[in-house]
Amino acid sequence: MAFTASRDASGVYLIRVEGQLVVGNRQELKTGVSEALDHGERRFVIDFSRTGYIDSSGLGALVSISKKVREQGGELRLSGLNEDLRSLFELTKLDTLFAISDTAERAVAGFAG
Amino acid sequence: MPGPTGATVQLSLRVPSDVACIEEVVDLLMRHCCTDSWLCRRLRFNLRVAIAEALANAIVAGNQEDRSKSVQVQAEVCGDHLRVEVTDEGRGFDPARISAPIRPDELDRDSGRGLFLIRSLVDDVRFNDQGNSICMTLRRR
Repeated sequence: MAFTASRDASGVYLIRVEGQLVVGNRQELKTGVSEALDHGERRFVIDFSRTGYIDSSGLGALVSISKKVREQGGELRLSGLNEDLRSLFELTKLDTLFAISDTAERAVAGFAG
Repeated sequence: MPGPTGATVQLSLRVPSDVACIEEVVDLLMRHCCTDSWLCRRLRFNLRVAIAEALANAIVAGNQEDRSKSVQVQAEVCGDHLRVEVTDEGRGFDPARISAPIRPDELDRDSGRGLFLIRSLVDDVRFNDQGNSICMTLRRR
């Protein structure tokens, strides 16, 4: 997995995940968000439009990240889940825990106001 | 030509206890086992997830990522079903004690979803008595 991070003009921290988010690399994403929180970031979008697969450990990492962001007064949104990934979120009921948008742009726009 | 058990494909792998191997093993199994047309795209995805989760559980929870231990994978494809068995060298566990965090008050748990996914995506799941071997079956629809 590789991820790229950027800060949107409206102050949203956008992380784009490429490849898979699985047991072997989920810590990398957790560390990346943790460091961003330490630097004062509070509004996050994690985009999966270039992600083919997320395993249960990856889902657990997202839950853990979400908790940490909320505890620090922030908000996390997800975007770009393909049909297969969506089905995993629905199956595990995590679609009720996360705000999920089709695209990163819509997720970022969701923070407006 | 069908083998002695009637299977059209039989595969046996010994996998090191390294999570970095999971993707390659899943790809290999999918390449050799998913040759039948009844395995539509959705079933292939289900199978891929189930195998990956079983391997991860075996390597991480079962073998504790101990490189001196390995995971045995056996796959069998017959005309109307596909079976994959994953066995680790750990002490085993009681699968009945693992609950899936799908209730609203449990969603914040960051673990426990792997076995739930396996059970949800394949037709039959069985464990041996020790709890260190899982057998997953996908049937033709």
